[in-house]
Amino acid sequence: MTTINYRQAITEGIARAMRRDERVVFLGEDVGEAGGAFKSTVGLIEEFGPGRVWDTPISEQAIIGAAMGAAMNGLRPIAEIMFSDFLSVCWDGIANEIAKARYMTGGQLEVPLVIRTHNGAGMGFGAQHSQSLENMAMMVPGLKVVAPSNPADLVGLLASAVDDPDPVLFFEHKNLFNDKGEVPDGDHCVPLGRAAIVRPGTDVTIVSLAAMVPVALEAAEALGGQGVSCEVLDLRCLAPLDLDAIVASVEKTSRLVVVEENPRACGWGAEIASLVVEHAFWSLDGPIMRITGAPVPVPFAANLEAAAIPSAAGVVEQMTAALASA
Amino acid sequence: MVEVKATKATHDTTTVLSWYRRMYEIRAFEEHIQKLFSKGEVRGTTHLATGQEAVAIGTAEALRPGDKVLCTYRGHHHCLARGMSPERAFAEILGRATGVCGGKGGSMHLTDVTKGLYGSYAIVGAHLPIAVGMAWASKIRNEQDVTVVFFGDGTTTIGAFHEAVNMAAVWSLPVLFICENNRYSEYTPIDKVCPVPRAAADRAPAYGLDGIVVDGNDIVAVRDAVAAAADRARSGGGPAIIEAETYRHGGHSRADPAKYRPQEEVDAWLARDPLAAAERTLLAAGVDTAAARAEVDASLNAAVRAALAAPEPDLAAMYTDVFAPEGAR
Repeated sequence: MTTINYRQAITEGIARAMRRDERVVFLGEDVGEAGGAFKSTVGLIEEFGPGRVWDTPISEQAIIGAAMGAAMNGLRPIAEIMFSDFLSVCWDGIANEIAKARYMTGGQLEVPLVIRTHNGAGMGFGAQHSQSLENMAMMVPGLKVVAPSNPADLVGLLASAVDDPDPVLFFEHKNLFNDKGEVPDGDHCVPLGRAAIVRPGTDVTIVSLAAMVPVALEAAEALGGQGVSCEVLDLRCLAPLDLDAIVASVEKTSRLVVVEENPRACGWGAEIASLVVEHAFWSLDGPIMRITGAPVPVPFAANLEAAAIPSAAGVVEQMTAALASA
Repeated sequence: MVEVKATKATHDTTTVLSWYRRMYEIRAFEEHIQKLFSKGEVRGTTHLATGQEAVAIGTAEALRPGDKVLCTYRGHHHCLARGMSPERAFAEILGRATGVCGGKGGSMHLTDVTKGLYGSYAIVGAHLPIAVGMAWASKIRNEQDVTVVFFGDGTTTIGAFHEAVNMAAVWSLPVLFICENNRYSEYTPIDKVCPVPRAAADRAPAYGLDGIVVDGNDIVAVRDAVAAAADRARSGGGPAIIEAETYRHGGHSRADPAKYRPQEEVDAWLARDPLAAAERTLLAAGVDTAAARAEVDASLNAAVRAALAAPEPDLAAMYTDVFAPEGAR
């Protein structure tokens, strides 16, 4: 067991995957000699050499295409897209080529790769470097979508993602970089598609993901002080989605709140609300509450940015008001 | 700029007849598709390669079994040249279960990995970076395979072309970018949308590469140019851009009559039809081509009949191949 922060867990997760499987290669902008734009890949090129860690030109389409071609030709590439906002530059490769290759060829092509990217708001990067975009990936058939909330999950989920025969989009949240946690040694592996109950409770289920997990936990702690017992679910993955865990929790608590960072329209919380209505309607004792990012580009100023994404205080306030009127 | 001319060496009539036969198979295949489309048997769209047969066969003649090929939505000829079964190609284009992709791909996505065909891609330029990745993996493993990626002249105006060529050049990868310049970027003459006369070759020096230009209707010239570039790539010499100048006898897709083309241009290119040229060579040597045509016709007729008689995909196939079967690694 080692205690490291989320940023170090990124490096550790990649290094473990590369040690375990010599087919794993890693490419991206500034990931080698520079150690990563966020210093999240420091030391990898020293350990694995330039034959396995490749610094690329600023060419997101080429990075994604090269990762896809290498995956089709027997390697297990991990590609880094520096900010998730830049996924839009290579969305054709991700959504039209990678996601559809197996299907359109009747199973002849396989694309076992991981695209890692730094996601989310909270660090003052402005509207083009702060988006939360997991929901865009979730709507494309053929992609798996992962977003860890803590160092242990990051290392364990990355191990599963690299090992997976299908393409995985792996969202690492920038605002969690300094969060510390214990990571088990050895072949620590967290399977894709299994949510974690990070706080058990009986009165209301809060479903969250990535940087919203600590927000939900802090809110649950405060609500616990008011006599409301919250069960907090960390989804970990949007695809595959652990619907069983969500339904089981709602059947226990009879109330559901989803807390998501991305703007409200078509957010993954809407999908979960819809699924819970289909699968657990008669267990619900009240309306489902969706707490989301504001429907605006992420603003720069510190107070505006903080107000545009859900906070623990905001979650407590909205849930308290809802429970009072229930 | 390097212009590759055909070698002066004369080829024996058996070889020329074999090339003729293979080009004729492509021509006849495309004519079948056009007829099937007109009869409403083919859904969606098709992009025929009639007139471009010499590029496909010339390249196929230069490649080795382990080499990889990626094509575009206009890729029937490359697939047949590389050895795809015509019956399974027909079946795919007709949306049958026996098609190469089980009926889930169609005309624009013909793929047969067992023949080194790693996909036909319907987004212009998308497959160039993928070919770079295929070649990158070969380089990492020290393998001698080259990856060939075909594209049209119109592709040279999209960003993926430039990103792919740049990365292939700086990483010195064994990938051959083969531009089939058929003069038209869909419906628009390439010279209206491209500022240089040779859409691909003229851009090559910007990436430290020689632009190689070859007569795409001369099968020997194509074969020699590709073989030389492939040899160089196999020995670590890096990528090549080969621009094969050729002509699309028909329109861009479906029933496009291609009225936007000047008649004198069409006539001039039809006079340079690679299939007719091969036939003239054979007739001059006293070789009758009728028997070869009859054999190909009989074989393709049977293939079309079999494909038309094949069943549609089982509805359960809709949900397979989205992800790997459980447990696959």
